[in-house]
Amino acid sequence: MSGRHGIPKSRWLPAYVTVYLAFLYFPILLLPIFSFNNAATTTFPLAGFTTKWYASLWHNTALLEAARNSMIVGVSVAILSTVLGICAARAITRYRFRGQRAATGLIMAPLFLPEIIFAVSLLMIILQLGVELSLVTVILGQVIFCLPYAMSVLISGFGGFDRSLEEASLDLGETAIGTFRRVTLPVVAPALVSSLLVSFTVSLDEFILAFFLSGTEPTLPVYIWGQLRFAAKLPGVLALGSVMILISILLLTLSEIIRRRAEHRLRAQGALNA
Amino acid sequence: MAVLSATEVEQRPTHPPKNKARWTASEEASGLALISPTLLYAVALLFLPILIVVAYSFWTQDYLTIDRTFTLQNYKTALGEPIYQDLLVRSLVISLVVSVVTVTLSYPIAWFISFHGGVHKNLWLFLITVPCWTSYLLRVMSWKVILGYGGVMNTGLLSIGIIDKPLTSLLYNSNAVVITLVHSWAAFAILPIFVSLEKVDRSLIEAAHDLGDNKLMSFLRVTLPLSLPGVISAFLIVMIPTVGDYVTPKLVGGKDGVMIATAIQAQFGKGANWPLGAALSVTTMVIVSAMAGIAVLALKLLVRMAK
Amino acid sequence: MPETPMITIEAVNKFYGIYKALDDVSLDIAAGEFFSLLGPSGCGKTTLLRSIAGFDTPSTGDIRIDGQSVIGTPPNRRPTNMVFQNYAIFPHLDVEENVAYGLKRLKLDASGERRRVGAALDQVRLGHLGKRRAHELSGGQRQRVALARALVMRPKVLLLDEPLSALDKKLREEMQVELRSLQKAVGITFILVTHDQYEALALSDRIAVMFGGRIAQVATPKEIYQRPTTRQIADFLGGMNFMKARITGETATRLSVETPRFGGVTLDKPLGFNARNGTATIGIRPERLRVLWDDAKADFELAGRVVDRHYFGEITHLIVDVPGMEQPLSVSETNNFGADDIPVGDAVRLAYDPDALVALSD
Repeated sequence: MSGRHGIPKSRWLPAYVTVYLAFLYFPILLLPIFSFNNAATTTFPLAGFTTKWYASLWHNTALLEAARNSMIVGVSVAILSTVLGICAARAITRYRFRGQRAATGLIMAPLFLPEIIFAVSLLMIILQLGVELSLVTVILGQVIFCLPYAMSVLISGFGGFDRSLEEASLDLGETAIGTFRRVTLPVVAPALVSSLLVSFTVSLDEFILAFFLSGTEPTLPVYIWGQLRFAAKLPGVLALGSVMILISILLLTLSEIIRRRAEHRLRAQGALNA
Repeated sequence: MAVLSATEVEQRPTHPPKNKARWTASEEASGLALISPTLLYAVALLFLPILIVVAYSFWTQDYLTIDRTFTLQNYKTALGEPIYQDLLVRSLVISLVVSVVTVTLSYPIAWFISFHGGVHKNLWLFLITVPCWTSYLLRVMSWKVILGYGGVMNTGLLSIGIIDKPLTSLLYNSNAVVITLVHSWAAFAILPIFVSLEKVDRSLIEAAHDLGDNKLMSFLRVTLPLSLPGVISAFLIVMIPTVGDYVTPKLVGGKDGVMIATAIQAQFGKGANWPLGAALSVTTMVIVSAMAGIAVLALKLLVRMAK
Repeated sequence: MPETPMITIEAVNKFYGIYKALDDVSLDIAAGEFFSLLGPSGCGKTTLLRSIAGFDTPSTGDIRIDGQSVIGTPPNRRPTNMVFQNYAIFPHLDVEENVAYGLKRLKLDASGERRRVGAALDQVRLGHLGKRRAHELSGGQRQRVALARALVMRPKVLLLDEPLSALDKKLREEMQVELRSLQKAVGITFILVTHDQYEALALSDRIAVMFGGRIAQVATPKEIYQRPTTRQIADFLGGMNFMKARITGETATRLSVETPRFGGVTLDKPLGFNARNGTATIGIRPERLRVLWDDAKADFELAGRVVDRHYFGEITHLIVDVPGMEQPLSVSETNNFGADDIPVGDAVRLAYDPDALVALSD
């Protein structure tokens, strides 16, 4: 970690980074801590260890229902956003065409838009068309929300992809479809998996769209929102939240490991391209 | 392309069919064909809905029927009613404060990872981003637990004797909203700044030192201006979405922390005045975009002065 | 030139918008020939190669391979194979799988496929590395995999896009020798794209020099080097001393000129030569000027003074000011006789052969 000459190395900075990381992680670590606390309130000092809040989750049918809904939505959203993301990311990294910037801008816009506004706009158009609110409407809306994330992952995956690999395949007699199957797909597979995992995570944690568009079938965040009004339900929510945080972190770690392995491989391939 | 086809046809009148075939196989056609499913999806479920919102904002609603005559009445209400004025101003101030604080706090972190992250840059980035990928709702809830009257902060401080009765000023005000939002958006601010810092050629900084700048000067004259694009996108990526945040003000904002999203949501719930809700949405979008534009200009000006 | 060329390029133009990447290119390449396309970056050599491979389509004109027009034929159905500049080794496959990639389409039986892969790998001396992955290979090894992968398809024409540019100098020179003997062994047409004049000179049967999308000259390496037709070609292929000369006589093939210091000479007239105001550009290579030691005599001599000296190890460049000439002459002399010890400022006598002078188009 020795800095190059001219790049100052402050003694305060590592301390600041530590405080900053503590600030980031404190609220997230707090939920699991209280989820094992043998009290219905969230106060210090802690009142002893228990797993009863977790046990109570298993007998809560409304919660299990919401978890099932979240799974359906998450898987559908992950697949849809990844498929749509592949088309767009591939078009952007592989071809040059007019309107490319505008198209990219529109697809990435949800990153730069207050979520409430497109939640409301989707609600309006859906009700206007007379479509019943259901998990399907949640899926349709969340795909828009997840596309920018899927796109970022896929674009960086495809961007490292060397076009001459496909040309080499064509040159060796393979057809366009065969080339996609035998070269493109295997090489970008890690990016696809990464995109699926990231989209699933985003969908699992997404609240606003689900809140507006889910009708009578709540996803997990919508279920939690409903429970927050009741102080007595708090420990159960904390336990559920801890499980969700754990799932999110596991999925993200997995996606990161896959992405970095692929990057390492592609970098070795691309070393000569420079 | 048009120029090219014309000359080709003139030069080689025997080959016109090939030109067409050559265009269909061209970059442009393939690119457009490939992006069209995604683009159509985004147009149908993002662009059109926003257009409808804009259209609605010029209409009026009488119970369940929509009157489609053009009117600015909704905007008069949105901009004229003191309650909406207050909410808009508060939302804008909060989002501005949140983005300034977030970017300022995040810059040193991005700088640290980029310049001193060594071989573990990716690990650092991962560590920083993980909290932001966990449920937003849960994080806000956690802050409520931390800042509440009988919450972690108060009981913690009480038990070690720093305070002798719980503080009431922690939760249910705009400060709580700002703290929570800063926490939520930290990684989103760090990433773009980090990316632009990575692009800064290290030898430029060495050159600045070689030419007599001290560390602070070289930072102000080289590193900061070159990382400005990252700072700007960090600023936008935080400011624009936060202005319409719904969950945070609702959970930790209390009466003092209510923001415009609550008012917008109300128009689609029991209050049911879609055109007014639409007008509030459009107003929010327009004002926040304008303010973001001004902030970006101000930022650029500031850096130019530093040079 | 044999009766039917392996490759015929006929009046090919390629436009990108209003930019002309290929400008009326016509060329015949014989079967079994090692042919190089040489030129600076952006001269159109890669576009021409990719047009033969099928990755670029000419805007107008025709390309025939073995007598068949290939316009409209996709790359996977052309009897050509390519070695890419960055080698394009599939990162998800090992060396053997890379080489077998194209064979899979041919549906050979397993043992036949293995035999061909093994033979191809032995040919490039990689038989022992079959199970390695791309990222475990050195630059030279990757290049061999790319060669084996293309040759195993038994193409009529092998296309090589700057295959040696990513290698360091020593390895590059080794691979040049190997590439040449490989071509002799397999006996098929090789078309090499390069911006390295020495590579082109060392490897090729014939070279096409390209500038700005046009072919400037097609000839054997020796002819290109000794008898460049234009000043641009002469300059691109090593250095040359240029001087203006007055034209005193002209026939269909010969040119008589009067030079300030080299006297009156009669030279071959380059193709497409145009006299400008009765003057022509004459050139002589620095190594065709020789320092005369002590009282040695030569039929043709010049007298001058050394104004600068650059040492290059086995040779020294002397910059010699010759009274009456616009530019000082650059002289390349081997260091066997102590050219590196001639002090700047000393008077020297230079010998030359009038046959070494060439007339050039501007």
